[in-house]
Amino acid sequence: MLTFVLRRFLEAILVLWLIVTATFFMVRLVPGGPFDGEKDIPEVTRQQLEAYYGLDKPLPVQYLNYLGNLVQGDLGTTFKYQGWTVNEIIARKLPVSFELGALAMGIALVIGIGAGVLAAWRPGTTTDTAPMSLAMLGICLPTFVLGPLLILVFGLKLHLVNVMGWNLPQDRILPALTLGLFYAAYVARLTRASMLEIRREDYMRTARAKGLPEARVYLLHGLRNGLSPVVSYLGPALAGLISGSFVVETIFNIPGLGRFFVQAALDNDYTMVLGCVLFYAALIIVFNLISDILLVWLNPRRKLS
Amino acid sequence: MRFLLLILALTLLAGCGRHRTPVEKANEEGILLIGNGTDPKDLDPQITTGLPEFVVQTSLFEGLTTPNPKTSAPEPGVAESWTVNADSTVFTFHLRPEARWSNGDPVTAQDFAFSYERILSPAFAAEYAMLLFPIKNARAFNAGEVTDFSKVGVKALDTHTLELTLEGPTPHLPTVISHNAYFPVHPPTILKFGKMTDRHTRWTKPGNLVSNGPFQLEDWNLNERVLVKRNPYYWDADTVRLNGIAFLPITNQNTEERAFRSGQLHVTNSVPLSKRDAYRLADSPDLHMDPWLGTYYYLLNTARPPFDDPLVREAFNAAIDRQALVDTVTRGGETIAFSIVPPNMEPYQPPASPIREDVAHAQKLLAEAGYPGGKGFPTVELLYNTSETHRPIAEALQRMWYDNLGVEVDLVNQSWPVYLDRRKKGDYDIARAGWFGDFNDASTFLTMWTADSGLNHSGWASPEFDALIKQSEMTGDPTERLNILREAESVFLRDMPIIPLYYYNRIYLKRPEVKGWYPNLLDLHPFKYVYLETDTPAKSESGN
Repeated sequence: MLTFVLRRFLEAILVLWLIVTATFFMVRLVPGGPFDGEKDIPEVTRQQLEAYYGLDKPLPVQYLNYLGNLVQGDLGTTFKYQGWTVNEIIARKLPVSFELGALAMGIALVIGIGAGVLAAWRPGTTTDTAPMSLAMLGICLPTFVLGPLLILVFGLKLHLVNVMGWNLPQDRILPALTLGLFYAAYVARLTRASMLEIRREDYMRTARAKGLPEARVYLLHGLRNGLSPVVSYLGPALAGLISGSFVVETIFNIPGLGRFFVQAALDNDYTMVLGCVLFYAALIIVFNLISDILLVWLNPRRKLS
Repeated sequence: MRFLLLILALTLLAGCGRHRTPVEKANEEGILLIGNGTDPKDLDPQITTGLPEFVVQTSLFEGLTTPNPKTSAPEPGVAESWTVNADSTVFTFHLRPEARWSNGDPVTAQDFAFSYERILSPAFAAEYAMLLFPIKNARAFNAGEVTDFSKVGVKALDTHTLELTLEGPTPHLPTVISHNAYFPVHPPTILKFGKMTDRHTRWTKPGNLVSNGPFQLEDWNLNERVLVKRNPYYWDADTVRLNGIAFLPITNQNTEERAFRSGQLHVTNSVPLSKRDAYRLADSPDLHMDPWLGTYYYLLNTARPPFDDPLVREAFNAAIDRQALVDTVTRGGETIAFSIVPPNMEPYQPPASPIREDVAHAQKLLAEAGYPGGKGFPTVELLYNTSETHRPIAEALQRMWYDNLGVEVDLVNQSWPVYLDRRKKGDYDIARAGWFGDFNDASTFLTMWTADSGLNHSGWASPEFDALIKQSEMTGDPTERLNILREAESVFLRDMPIIPLYYYNRIYLKRPEVKGWYPNLLDLHPFKYVYLETDTPAKSESGN
């Protein structure tokens, strides 16, 4: 186990270095610079700004400086949100994105696994087609349609909740549902397919032959193995939920990290882009690792490799 | 399943009757909730250049002069009075002794001198240092050519007297100095967190920032809100009626409009195009479309064919129906434009514009240029940046030029930095553009077209125009100065390096309980005069 984690850690370092290198040079290829505005700033001011941020040095020197600071955990100062460091912004905004992602994942798992198990219980009947049709609808209905629909009904018509912000506990409901229902649809389809396959396994037949009630066989013996594909999906999905919630954050004006990431790319805010890319890459690597470990825990016949 | 039940329970709990809206709560607390577009990049008035920052800073800081809430004309701020010499080159400001910083320190002439030295210091690299260039030797000091600040025309004669000596006659200086670049900063606070020229220190963070305006900073949560509260030390604190203001950064116009409708905002920053008709048809009192000091225009690249030909430029100008554009596309009640300087900039009187809308005339001009019926005319590109408004405008004009002139125009949509980069490099044929005046004077729309201006990306340069602008800067007589500026605008319009389309309207939603907020060309609403009065209906339902 320790060897496995250590090897994955070393691989992760290599992957992150490749990502940071590629991103560092790619963001510089984008036309324009971080100080560009409608009004040309005097050349002397531009030079002063470039000197202040170290952009006056040759690119390889800038790259090495960045790596040097990175090793010390310093992601630099943003060019646009002046006075704020990238570390500071990530530290302040990550909890919001993480909370939204975790709530959405909770909804996705509860609804998705529930619907998938129900659908596979009696294939071809209404208990199968109804949840699967809803799942298909969930996949087809993008968040930018579902979000405003929920707002229209629960915020503007029923006046039950605020339509934007992240201040009150109930402010979390609509954004988490918007994001969670989209992923619930995938989880439902994965669970159903897996559970249908599991039903035909020998150990399930053995369990039934022992005289165990069908529901117990199905839910206890079946579900543990049936969840494997869902767990495989969880790692990248959770990283996607945390990093990819930009649309939902915009619709509900949630002060999460996703909006910074996109805006930084539009603003040519080099350090912020690099910080976000690195952070999300690390997130994907960590969640995939956790997902691999969970898979072995669910099915000890698997090996960590 | 438990989680789902919990969510349902929360929803039901929240739904025990219509919940109390943030606006209803804020009305009781005397807090104004205002949509402010994007988050401020910083609260340091000497670093920032954008409007969202400026709006917040006007609540926190006050300059020597401050705009009148109805007319935007300069009136006494920190300076209770000022005198000027005969040729408008030396202004002496008398600071009010009762002016205080939010920590109780007196606001002094030395504080202003420190602030102006800071923004002009080369090491500080302030992008808006150029706004102080009317001051003698300010430009040279900023460029590092003069290193001794005592040679710059800023002198604290005593604790409450500040003298500004200028490069040339600048009769409109009291208007210029209400800009945030001229706001003072508190020297002990700046020096407590770093050197005078350090750009990014922690002095603007909540708990650190000391300001001299009607409000002081209470909280700033990035991309969530900036909250300011009443400053008890403000010299005119008795006038201030709000207890605080929450500036909410909402980048998405639809989100903002929904927030307004659901009672989460008193004032919005914008109204989505798709919603404007609904509010207008409902005759909503919440919808406001106030004239604004800005012009929306298209830039023509005069440095390369085909727009190096004045006939082609005039043909493109004449072949469009501006009224149809504002009636059917922008739908914000805008006034169509035939000049660069917006109307109502009194006492400036605009010249007669040579631009006219006449399709037959446009076709004749294009034929004269060698493209009869558009034959042989190259396909040109129209460059615009991503925006809900720019695309439909570009599509409408593309169609008008095709129908009326028979020419093909390709639309090129780019992100803001790429758009700016291409515009500055002259890598475009036609480019969308717009300009808002920094202050209420025609020069803010005209000096940008001189050959050496950092804003003139048209490729057009005219020695005649440059000479007139220079002459206007050397003239002390205000009337003569405006006459010269009018002449300069005539030269500019004669050569038509742009296609003026319309003068901006400031289009926003405002609840009826917000009082003391008046329409004005600069869209300046000094918050010390704004207050909430809740005898009007609290719930706004219009615009659904």
